[in-house]
Amino acid sequence: MNGIHDMGGMHGMGSIQHEKNEAVFHEKWEGRAFGLSFAMDSFDKWTLDAFRHQIELIPPAEYLRIRYYEKWIAAYIELMIKAGLVSRAEVESGIPAPGSATMGPALTAAQVPAMIASGSPASRDVPVAARFHTGQRVRARNINPVGHTRLPRYVRAKVGTVERDHGVFVFPDTNAHSRGEKPQHVYSVRFTSRELWGEQAAPRDSVYLDMWDDYLEPA
Amino acid sequence: MATKRRDFLAGAVSAAGAAMTPNLSHGHGHSHDHDHDHQVVPSDPTLRVKALESLLVEKGLVDRAALDALVDTYEHKIGPRNGARVVARAWTNPAYKQRLLTNADAAIGELGYGGQQGEHMLVVENTPQVHNMVVCTLCSCYPWAVLGLPPVWYKSAPYRSRAVIDPRGVLREFGLEMPEDVEVRVWDSTAELRYLVLPERPAGTAHWSEEQLAELVTRDAIVGVAKVAPPAKGVPA
Repeated sequence: MNGIHDMGGMHGMGSIQHEKNEAVFHEKWEGRAFGLSFAMDSFDKWTLDAFRHQIELIPPAEYLRIRYYEKWIAAYIELMIKAGLVSRAEVESGIPAPGSATMGPALTAAQVPAMIASGSPASRDVPVAARFHTGQRVRARNINPVGHTRLPRYVRAKVGTVERDHGVFVFPDTNAHSRGEKPQHVYSVRFTSRELWGEQAAPRDSVYLDMWDDYLEPA
Repeated sequence: MATKRRDFLAGAVSAAGAAMTPNLSHGHGHSHDHDHDHQVVPSDPTLRVKALESLLVEKGLVDRAALDALVDTYEHKIGPRNGARVVARAWTNPAYKQRLLTNADAAIGELGYGGQQGEHMLVVENTPQVHNMVVCTLCSCYPWAVLGLPPVWYKSAPYRSRAVIDPRGVLREFGLEMPEDVEVRVWDSTAELRYLVLPERPAGTAHWSEEQLAELVTRDAIVGVAKVAPPAKGVPA
């Protein structure tokens, strides 16, 4: 979707606030919010793509106003409600519905190291033909899906060069909406900064994006 | 239990209301995270997250000990020191560096790192001719396995918006002036690949050990918004 989250190339966002010796979590609630989110992932009820899209659905003014882990909590509440793990009434009251079953089992502390170590690989070991090859000139498709996509606006309709084939990965545009993984090749595509931004860009600079097959067409 | 929770939530509402009034001037909930040091009244998210945690614990969906373990892991165990060790090994071991550049997952795995948000790693090397920097314009993708969780600036609108359109301006803000003849490459983490920038080894470290070198390497250098500064004086004791 053409949302506020798609920020590449925007102006007016201000200067970068670099904090020296920054804490991992600025306040205790941030750590708890992170932990809750991570722990709830263990139920395997949604995908990372669905989570990202849920954050994109936060209204633009809110998206800019609230803090990072507030976005996570807002998104997880919606994901948990959709998955039937909690009800909206429960979230609003903070109290389990009368007679509601105890769910679980919850992720335990002992399981945490293994969950972190295994990760959640998005690559798929399936034979899918690559539509493009290294060195090929490609154009990013000019598509404007209302759902989730990882094709930023600033690169659409621009021409670049395939620099590397990363292999086969889950396709976020379908996976975020429970429409299947649609595994396909992902490429590193180099766009010159001048192709993206015109003459104001430095002549030798470039931007590399990782792009799925479905985002590309021959140039 | 339920009565206590109700009391707590009622308190939460009034505390949140109280917090709003005196804090309006410095933008409650705004992205100026560094302003929160002097906050006395708990902020609204504190109360909301507490209530949510209690609900999920009571429903049997969350074990508090697991949350403690997750927070502890990312506060103390998985952070920029991991990435620094990878960089220092690459600087001191040419065969390792070659493996790192050709098969990053396996090479990083040799040091025991990998997993969550480091499943698919790629290493890009800075040279006198090429400077690499990493961004995620669409959200906050970051190589947790080697750097831990991202700092606020990396996830913020100013960095995400400008890194791709004005990388040299962004680097200047970080104190790095890039000569015209250096090629700047920006890596926008739009898929599941996660990037580690291999910085240039600073001058004056020829006889340094891997462990000593690792001490010099910073998070910002691995994101590509800084260089590794040469040591102020000689080999450390």
